[in-house]
Amino acid sequence: MIRLERVSKIYESGGKKVEAVKDVSLHIKKGDIFGIIGFSGAGKSTLLRLVNLLERPTKGNIIVDNYDLNSISSKDLRQLRRKIGMIFQTFNLFNSRTVYGNIAYPLKLEKKSKEEIHQRVTELLQFVGLEDKADKFPEQLSGGQKQRVGIARALATSPDILLCDEATSALDPETTNEILNLLKKVNEEFNITILLITHEMNVIRKICNRVAVMENGRIIEEGEVFNIFSNPQEKTTKNFISSVVNEKLSSSLLEKLRKDHERKLYRIVFSGDTASQPILSTLTAKHNIHFNIIYGSINELQNQLFGNLIVEFIGADSQIEEVLKELTEIVEVREVTNGES
Amino acid sequence: MKVDWTTFWPRILQATGETITMVIFTLIFASILGIIMGLLLFATRKGNILENRFIFSFLNLLINIIRPIPFIIFLVAISPLTRFVVGTTIGTTAAIFPMTIAAAFAIARVVENNLVSIDPGIIEAAKAMGASPIQIIFGVLIPEALGPLILGITFITVGLIDFSAMAGTVGGGGLGDLAMTYGYQRFDTSVMIVTVVILIILVQIAQFIGNMLSRFFLRR
Ligand SMILES: Nc1ncnc2c1ncn2[C@@H]1O[C@H](COP(=O)(O)OP(=O)(O)O)[C@@H](O)[C@H]1O
Ligand SMILES: [Mg+2]
Repeated sequence: MIRLERVSKIYESGGKKVEAVKDVSLHIKKGDIFGIIGFSGAGKSTLLRLVNLLERPTKGNIIVDNYDLNSISSKDLRQLRRKIGMIFQTFNLFNSRTVYGNIAYPLKLEKKSKEEIHQRVTELLQFVGLEDKADKFPEQLSGGQKQRVGIARALATSPDILLCDEATSALDPETTNEILNLLKKVNEEFNITILLITHEMNVIRKICNRVAVMENGRIIEEGEVFNIFSNPQEKTTKNFISSVVNEKLSSSLLEKLRKDHERKLYRIVFSGDTASQPILSTLTAKHNIHFNIIYGSINELQNQLFGNLIVEFIGADSQIEEVLKELTEIVEVREVTNGES
Repeated sequence: MKVDWTTFWPRILQATGETITMVIFTLIFASILGIIMGLLLFATRKGNILENRFIFSFLNLLINIIRPIPFIIFLVAISPLTRFVVGTTIGTTAAIFPMTIAAAFAIARVVENNLVSIDPGIIEAAKAMGASPIQIIFGVLIPEALGPLILGITFITVGLIDFSAMAGTVGGGGLGDLAMTYGYQRFDTSVMIVTVVILIILVQIAQFIGNMLSRFFLRR
């Protein structure tokens, strides 16, 4: 659906060069909800805007819907853009048009008849749940409602692809969840491929099936969301993950835990099937020792569970050794040291 | 020396008509020219939809040269061109030409300033939908800027009433002419007061209409 091959983008302004995207290759398949996460300035927006050629690549090839963007004519490009919807952090609605007018605009560009426009807009208003707001102007809407209009407008021409530039970053957590659910529905009901960028791992966790982590213009890690969450390689990735799975304990909490528990502490990371099996209790029972959960969190990821426990074991040292050995074969186990919190 | 009011009222009426004619025609021509220039100026700016350094620099320079010239001097300086285009430099029609040129450049700047203040994200959204430059200009830029644009043009209209008085003094007719010949040169204060009152009323009406229109488009 979308393929980037060794794409670079260099901005030149006032004699200074900024390489915003460096040698990025990506393949986004039809039906994916593909997330790109990175800190501010990582080059995410630039990368996203390359896909509908709001920015031209300095190097590399971009293929979208079988069009090679390096050789596309401006007429074909306008045609292609009608098949790529886009929503924005700041919504970018037309302030001079009503909600109805905003959603109708892309259809007017396609020279659709009044009746066709009316039917499609009504359908979309219903889909995003804003039937009663048709005649309101953007300034009369809340942030969440504005983004719903943005989504309806982006869907008007029945696109194959939806690009989302930090679509929920200006919204509160509750509204963010509503909009994410709506995007999920867009993906499932219309089979629209979604490419989104964000700096919030929560967004990735909630709706993406694939994720790429971007840093300084490069993709440093990429894969299935579940795999990345359960086995992150890069430090930046780990930081993002810990922001949602509470993996990191604050040093004050760790200190307090240590004071109350003199034994060694172990972190056990469950993922997928292992999270739903009574592994700990089975093993400790088998070796006749006890365990005590000091801290834990379980998250749902792509319909799979992802757990994270800090435990201490109570019993004979030799038995504990045995349990640890067997555990290591099934799940990830690390001793919690002072350096690692 | 006193004027005979029974014969003078028709003259006032005629002069008011001349002023209104000058202002309205100037407004129409200058708006068309000014909006085109303003749009071009904005669209050809670096990074915008029709980026073109040559057109932008040329227009920008032209505006910067003409704008600072005081109107009364511009009026005289441009008179050879006025004679060439209109055939004469005297009368209401002849006054409309220099007024149009001067006002068009002012309107061009007003248009450009209002377009610059549109959130670039909105233009980008239209671009991402596959809108062509022309569709963006007429479907996005103009509607988005219309409210403040009308206020800006209203401001210029008020200035035009002022211009028309100046144009009057060099043979354009209208209230300015009347005030000068009777009020100033013949020291008749009553004529002066009457013309001033009429000018004030005209300005009020122009401002009122402008406010109303812009409020309609701004919906505030
Ligand atoms: N139009 C531009 N001109 C020059 N530099 C730019 C432009 N757009 C973005 N940049 C630079 O490119 C880098 C990446 O920006 P961006 O893609 O917006 O990152 P992100 O969306 O991840 O915050 C930044 O250093 C930014 O300053
Ligand atoms: Mg960004």
